[in-house]
This record gives sequence, structure tokens and C-alpha cells, in this order.
Amino acid sequence: MTGNTSTQRMPSYLEYQGKYTGIRAWILSTDHKRIALLYLYSQLFFFLAGLVMGLFMKLELIAPGRQIMGPATYNALFTVHGLTMIFLFIIPGLAASFGNFMIPIMIGAKDVAFPKLNLFSWYLFVFGAVIVLLGIFTGDGPPDTGWTFYAPYSLKTNTNVVLTVFGAFVLGFSSILTGLNFIVTIHRMRAPGMGFFRMPLFIWSLYGTAWIQLLATPVVGITFLMVVADRVLHIGFFDPAQGGDPVLYQHLFWIYSHPAVYIMILPAMGAITEIITTFSHRTVFGYKAIAMSSLAIAFVGYLVWGHHMFTSGMSETARLVFSFLTFLVAIPSAIKVFNWTATMYKGSISLEPPFWWAMAFIFIFMIGGLTGLVLGSVSTDVHVHDTMFVVAHFHYIVFGGAGIAFFAALHYWYPKMFGKMYNKKVANRALLLLFIGFNVLYMPMFFLGFMGMPRRYYDYLPQFANLNLLSTIGSWILATALIIIIVNLLRAKKGTPEEMDDPWGGRTLEWKIQSPPSLENFEEIPVIDHEPYELIEK
Amino acid sequence: MSEHKNHISSYKSQVIVLLSLIVLTVLTVTITSVHLGPFNTAAAMLIASVKATIVLLYFMHLKFDEKIYRFMVALVLAIYVVVIIITFFDNLYRP
Amino acid sequence: MEQNHVAHTDHFDPVASKLGMWLFIFTEILLFGGLFIVYSVYRFKHPVEFHLAAEELNVTIGLINTIILLISSMTVAMSITALQLGNKKLTMILLAVTLVLALVFLVNKYFEWGAKIHHDIYPGSEFLMSLSKGDMLFFGLYFFMTGLHAIHIIVGMVLLAVVFVKVRNGSVNQGRVSLLENGGLYWHLVDLIWIFLFPLFYLIH
Repeated sequence: MTGNTSTQRMPSYLEYQGKYTGIRAWILSTDHKRIALLYLYSQLFFFLAGLVMGLFMKLELIAPGRQIMGPATYNALFTVHGLTMIFLFIIPGLAASFGNFMIPIMIGAKDVAFPKLNLFSWYLFVFGAVIVLLGIFTGDGPPDTGWTFYAPYSLKTNTNVVLTVFGAFVLGFSSILTGLNFIVTIHRMRAPGMGFFRMPLFIWSLYGTAWIQLLATPVVGITFLMVVADRVLHIGFFDPAQGGDPVLYQHLFWIYSHPAVYIMILPAMGAITEIITTFSHRTVFGYKAIAMSSLAIAFVGYLVWGHHMFTSGMSETARLVFSFLTFLVAIPSAIKVFNWTATMYKGSISLEPPFWWAMAFIFIFMIGGLTGLVLGSVSTDVHVHDTMFVVAHFHYIVFGGAGIAFFAALHYWYPKMFGKMYNKKVANRALLLLFIGFNVLYMPMFFLGFMGMPRRYYDYLPQFANLNLLSTIGSWILATALIIIIVNLLRAKKGTPEEMDDPWGGRTLEWKIQSPPSLENFEEIPVIDHEPYELIEK
Repeated sequence: MSEHKNHISSYKSQVIVLLSLIVLTVLTVTITSVHLGPFNTAAAMLIASVKATIVLLYFMHLKFDEKIYRFMVALVLAIYVVVIIITFFDNLYRP
Repeated sequence: MEQNHVAHTDHFDPVASKLGMWLFIFTEILLFGGLFIVYSVYRFKHPVEFHLAAEELNVTIGLINTIILLISSMTVAMSITALQLGNKKLTMILLAVTLVLALVFLVNKYFEWGAKIHHDIYPGSEFLMSLSKGDMLFFGLYFFMTGLHAIHIIVGMVLLAVVFVKVRNGSVNQGRVSLLENGGLYWHLVDLIWIFLFPLFYLIH
């Protein structure tokens, strides 16, 4: 961590002029950092779109009875909200944006293994998104099946399922190619001396994620193709009238979509590990345990899909097996949480905004994780299945976990990516507001679920009114906080690039190069001669 | 995954591989035409697996490549087999 | 600066591209893997119907096509050897033979499918709808899986045709066989899948 930056500064990747100019310098760039920003902006765009849909849903649920929309619109809205948030925001998630930006830098490489394939993946992502959007705005209206496309309803509904499902197939392909690129990059592009066990833990989590992307996504891809075939060619794979088994559809769907939760959350955990280590100013506690727990989560997470199907009519044996396997995932997850706390123990913690974000993550993720045990156990799941409890749990994990980690990573790496600092005071206050809004929005749903309010209805019984009103108010607080956060980031202009080279005292490679990085990241490929997160005297 | 000199398969070895694959194919057709009940399927699958292994090892060169490829292929196939087994926990025991 | 940039994106690592190809093959295995799960579940549920429906398929054509694919796998493997030994002409001949064999496979498939469709057996046909559920599922799977396999054959042919052109103009050569090797790997994958499709559809007796 010497002042190698005092030597001459190269033009940053943001200013760099290649053979293209203007917008084409971005959409034709094979530089992993520019592609990362393309992902980042597209993802944030879809996130905001999904957010608006969520707000409308909460508005409808502010009081019993019809408020602003009828049942059909509500069905379409929760479907499209789910599709947008899941397939267009959080599955690409931290991997596509921060992973793309950071993998080559953190392992000491100039780019990913296949830069052109990387750009192609982004195009596939956009192409898939456009098809999904076409599915929403054309034909006989947006799909109303829920984002899960459960058969046989998805075979029977007159809405535009075929196009949307095909779009999801294309998005899956994009995800596969990104994962493929990352695995090859991590295997082949590490700087001299950067052994597997010297890689930052964010890279380990992305490595596990990439394998899930590679091995799980094709299964849902073929499943979606079978749905298309069922609808177009009337083959009847999942149509009971033709002998098809809808429960088999659920198996195939969740063989992907449960691991997909780990595609969302593993990189999030990796980013949180980086943040906690940096701000604790200590070497990470249990490096190998965290690295291996990423792989363990990836592996066990592949085998637990059936806990989404406890009430589907699956056999008793399968339910017990899946319940058992599900509880196994708690072990590597807990290893991570304990290692985070152990890393902080006796550390000299600096209370910067990314650290607070990480704290918010741990708190919310713990609630999400522990309520997951309620759903993982068959007997209690039967009681709360398909109630608001599931909605609350899901949002605590996916929004409160992966989503908050996304913003944590954004606050952590922002100075590195843009060479500027946001207003930290505003960032902290907005996070507090977000934290309050989040819990006011989703906490009541746990209680509503236990009281028996089913999910996916635009209307409810009068006894649920108070908690729903509270939840809707929470959605407004949350949205306000998000607007402040994003505006604060957009208005960031503090500090000179020199000061942003290493504003936090980080110990991974990205903090040893200039901010924003030059096109080549490293003018000379570094040689790694120390253990990860080792404290080096300045 | 250190780079080492490429192994070049001889034409003769490839012809031998092809002949053994064809023999196995004919064998599987013959076996399945005899009535053995459920063993027919087992035999057919066993022979198919042997054939697939031969293709993987020789034509796809796994035998001569770095270990990591064999390891990865084995891992992927193992995960897939486990997924099938777990799926059948449902179908085998459904009332 | 610009030159540096070109230099690092054009950096070529044959091991990386081979690893990438293998990873892609894994996704293909899992893609078909999903279908094999569907097949095994439905065959488990309808063993008798699957057995009877399979009698409709022509074992001879299936056998011929199996052997054709096996031979084409060998010719592709040989073409790699030929290129490694620096015999460009033989490489091109062997690749051409592979492409011809692939075409013969597709032609056979065409007649096979044509005969089925002629007998009114195709997904959604009135006749098929009048049969048992096991029959519908068997033929649904048959058309879907062999169809998807045929699409892979076509993709493989395109890939090998590109390699053929590149061998001819010399950009794939003795010192740089990577693309041919990867094309070969893909072709073997197509063969690999057929090795399982053949007994599962044609040899249920």
C-alpha cells in the first residue's frame, strides 16, 4: 500500500478515448469496467421500475376492498414486479455489476478472460429484458401467473406467457455466459503469486455463484422451453389432461430458482465480508472457513429446492429429505455470520457509511434467515405457506439481504469506481431512514401471515387493516430513503481522485491502484507476495 | 493447470475406439431384444454409460488432459445424479 | 495506449478457451439433464405405455444413425490429430466427411419424423390425443428431445463449417488448433447425448 499512485496517473477508464466516441464508446466497449457500469445502470433502472410497481401494490393494500385497481391488474402487477426485480435486478445482482468491475482488479488482471463474450452477455441481458417488456405490453396483456409460471395455470391463461418465458430463457443464457466467463477468469487470470487461497473473499463468493449460474440455469432454461412447447405445440409436459405432472414442473423450476437465491445472496455475503474486514482494520477471521462456506452454500443450496413445495402434494419422504437438507444450509450461513462478528471483535472499527450498511445487512439478514427456519420445517411451513409470512421472509432475504448488500457495495466501491465521495452524513441518515422504512414495511407482514392473510390478493379481511396500513406507510418511508440515497450518490463530488485511491484503508488490490482505475487497471501486473487481508505498514 | 505438451492421439487408437463403440452399440441392441424384464433397461443404461465414458476419455481427450477436467466432469455428473435421486424421493413414495 | 488495449484483448490463451468450452458443455449436459429427469419420471409413471409406444420407432434407422454419429465423432477426432501433425489437407477432408455424415444423420431424421407425421403422430395431433397419456408423453418427449438434439447437430455443423473455413485460410493451423479442438468437443457432446437418447427411445422392449 505504498504511494505508487504518486507516480504519473493514467487517464481513467471513464475518460479513455478509444476508436469510438459518445455512446458507442460505452455500448461497444469490451472493457470490463464499462460493461460493469452498463449493468449497474440497467439494473438500477429496473430496480426503480420494480419499486414503483411495489409502491402501487402497497397503495392498493392500504385498506380493505378495491382502492386503485381490480384483481386482474393486481395479478399482473405482482407478476411483473417479481419478474423485474428478480430477473432484471437481483439475479444479475452484485455479480454482473460489481463482480464484473472487481474480479479482474482484485485478482490482478487487466480484464476478464473473454472480454467480447462479456459484452455479448450484456447484450443478451438487454435483449432478454426487451422481450420480457414486449411480453408485458403486447398481446393479451401481461402474464398474471406470478414470477414462478406455475403449470398448469401458465399453460391455460390467455395472457402473454410465451413471450415473457422466452425472455426469461434469454436472460438465463446471459447469466450462464457471465458465470462461465468469471470461472475461466478466476482460473486463468490470477496475478503471479495470487493462489486460490490468496484471493479476496468476494472473489470466492463469486466463484461459487458462477458455478451455480452455470449448473442450475440450464435446468430452468429447458423448463421454460417446455412451457413454450406446451403452449405452442400442445405437447403436454405439464398438462395433467395429457398426463403431464404439474408437480414435476415445480421440481424443475425450483431446481434452478432455489439456487438462484444463492446467486443473489452469495455475492452479497462476499461484499459484506470485504466491507467488514476493511472497516475493522483486522485480518478477516477464518479466511478458509468463509471461502469454503461459500462453496458449501453453493453445493448444498443446489439440493434443497423442494422446501418450496411442501404443500404441493409431494411425497412425505421427499418433504422430510428436503426439510433436513434445508436445515443443513443454515450451517455455512451461520459460519459466515459468526466469522463477521469475530472479525469485528477487538478490531479498531471506523464507522463509515459502508460499515453501517453492512450492519444493516447482518441485522436484516438474520431476521430473514431465522424466519427461514420456520419455513424450512414442514409442520410450520404448512401453516404459513402462501401467506404474507412468505412474502416478508422473501423480502428480508432478497431485498434486505441481497438488495441492501448491493447498496452497501455501491457505497463501498463508489469512490473507487468514480473517484468521488458522496456526502457521508446524508448517506448515514438516509440509511437509518431506509432501515426504519424497511422494517415498518415488511415486519407487519410476518404478523399478517401468522394471522392467516394469504398473499397475492388485492383485497383482504377487515381484521388485517391496521397492520396493512402500517406496512403501506413503511413503503413510503422506504421509497423516500431510496430517493435520498440515489440523489446523494448522483450528487457526489467531494474529494480529488488522488484522495479516493484508498479512502477506507482497504487491503485488497483494488485499493492499490488509482481511482478511477485506468483502462488497463495495472500498468504492470502485480506480483502477490503476502496473505490476503494482511496488514501492511504504510 | 500447468500447460504441458499436447498429447496427440494416433489414428489407430481412434479406429480402435470407434470399433469398440460400434461393438457396444450392437451389443446393446442384441441384449435389449432378449426379454430380461427390468434388467433390459439396466443393461442398456450400463452400456450407454460405458460408451459415454469411452467418448469422454478418448475422443474428448479427458484421459490425457490435466486432472482438473476429469474432476470437474465427475463433479457435474455427481451433482446431476444426486438431483435425480432426490427428485425420485418424491415420485417413488408418492401415494 | 490504444495499442496496449488491442494487445490485451487479443491475448489468446488456449487453456482458457478450452476450459470455457468445457464449462459450456456442462451447461448443455444440464440442459438435456432436465429433459432426462422428465423422461425418467414419466417413464416411471407409465412403464407399459412407454414400452408399447417405443415399438413404433424404427430400431434400424436408430441404429444406423447411432453408427453414423459415432463415425463422425471419430473423423472429427482424427482431424485434430491430422492438424496437430501438420496435415492441413487431411484435416479438411476429415472435417468435410464429418459434415457429410452429419447431413446424412439429419436426412435420416427427416424421413423418420416424416413417417411419424405421415401416420398422424405429432404433438397435438388428433390421433395422438386419442391415445393414452403415456403415449402422448412418450411422443412428446421423443419429438422434443430428438428435435433439440437435431438443433444441436445443426449448431455443431455451423461451428465445424466455420472451423473448416478457418483451417483453409490458415487462421486455424498446427500452432493454433484450439478452435478445432473446441469444435470437436462440442461435436462429441452431441454424440454423447445421442448415446443416451438411442437406448431410451428405441430400445425399450
